[in-house]
Amino acid sequence: MSKVGIIAHGTSQFTKEDHKIESILHKSTNDLFQKNSSIAKKEIDAVLISTNNNSKYLSPILSEMSGIQPKIAHSIESLCNSGTNSIVSAFSYISSGLADMVLVSGAERYDSPGQILEWDNSRGEFKHPIFWASIFSKSYKQEYGILDEELAIVSVKNHKQAKENPNALSKKTYTVEDVMNSKKLTDDLRLLNCSRPCTGSASILLASEEMVKKYTDMPIWITGIGQKTTSAGFTKNISLSSMESTKLAGQSALKMANRNISEIDVAEVHDAFSVCEPMILESLGFTKPGEGMKMIKKLHETNNFMINPRGGLIGTGHPLGATGISQTIEIVQQLQKSAENRQTDNPKIGLIHNMSAAATSSTVLVVEK
Amino acid sequence: MSFELELSNGQFCIPECLVCKKIVWPPAEFCDNCNEKISLKKGEFEGKIIEFSKQNENYFCIVEFFSSIRIIAKMTSNPKKDQIVKISKCGISNGSYFFHII
Repeated sequence: MSKVGIIAHGTSQFTKEDHKIESILHKSTNDLFQKNSSIAKKEIDAVLISTNNNSKYLSPILSEMSGIQPKIAHSIESLCNSGTNSIVSAFSYISSGLADMVLVSGAERYDSPGQILEWDNSRGEFKHPIFWASIFSKSYKQEYGILDEELAIVSVKNHKQAKENPNALSKKTYTVEDVMNSKKLTDDLRLLNCSRPCTGSASILLASEEMVKKYTDMPIWITGIGQKTTSAGFTKNISLSSMESTKLAGQSALKMANRNISEIDVAEVHDAFSVCEPMILESLGFTKPGEGMKMIKKLHETNNFMINPRGGLIGTGHPLGATGISQTIEIVQQLQKSAENRQTDNPKIGLIHNMSAAATSSTVLVVEK
Repeated sequence: MSFELELSNGQFCIPECLVCKKIVWPPAEFCDNCNEKISLKKGEFEGKIIEFSKQNENYFCIVEFFSSIRIIAKMTSNPKKDQIVKISKCGISNGSYFFHII
């Protein structure tokens, strides 16, 4: 399989503002080209759009607004992991030889229709994600003897880290008490345990080895890809305290990269709700089952930004179609040592975990210098 | 009769394959194992509470039937894990299913 690298990226501010999806997409794409003016747009073979927005023909529209005439132009939707799934599609186009350079642009509005999967009627009247998050929290706390105050640390840590991210939605830091006293949504979930839907976009440019060498002397290579979909419905999850799709996708990605989880220096993981972060760390193998919170507490106490340096979804905000791309950009910046106040200590190998619909589908990427 | 038509009339049915007898969930027209037609089994079925939480005065519970069907149902009294329950009311409201258990 031929090598695929990341050569450029751009992002917008994540906000609660009301903008047209086309305008949001254009912001991060324009940012990418402004920061990388040497890139010849005529060399871009494909433009892939990651979004849950219902607007049509977005790839040709963005291509026209950006002055690109690609061979391949289409959208990709897979709820919250649309972003990394689009990156995997771009990788496939390049590694198959169908394209040499692919622009992947993800965007979402704060009122995205992707927030609730209407099809999953097995959840009855409890279709909002706060209900599956409450069930995960209850089950995880009971199985491993974890307290609400401990889960609150995830939110405290990720808001703290987001404060160092100029594009993040959150500008505040919070204490455990703030999280515990925030609005009670259910007996097992408070408002500050949740990521927030928002408006934002992120764009990334992938290229073949030949193009990578032409355009950058700091390439980041995608060395591992793992994807797994176990079902489309939350109630089909066999375990309510671990994530099977994440475990399988992580194993595939690490196998492809010929790496071990202990070699990962920095990671962005899909903390849609506080409880997701320890469950993901355990399912990926960073810790044993039930020990995810120990790792998170230690990282927080030592001010180590290894997990979710940009602030995760809880701190950065969650514009669904942009999230996986924004996560990937953060790890690229970490490996290139350009993450400024969020920079971790000399990372060489990074991991991105992005998932959908209560972990019924997961995508994991391994990236390296 | 379709699962949704029965549900809209307040009847919760078990979708089962006519040929291989597999219970198919979520309900569909065809079996996901052998691709044959599905039939609907009527009755008063007992389920087991797998997990639950609470919003305001109501509990929402994951209830499992025949080790293969799981739904989230509303309960007004205090549930317990592994408690055996029955559907007391179900239907479709504004396009969404609803299930109440006792």
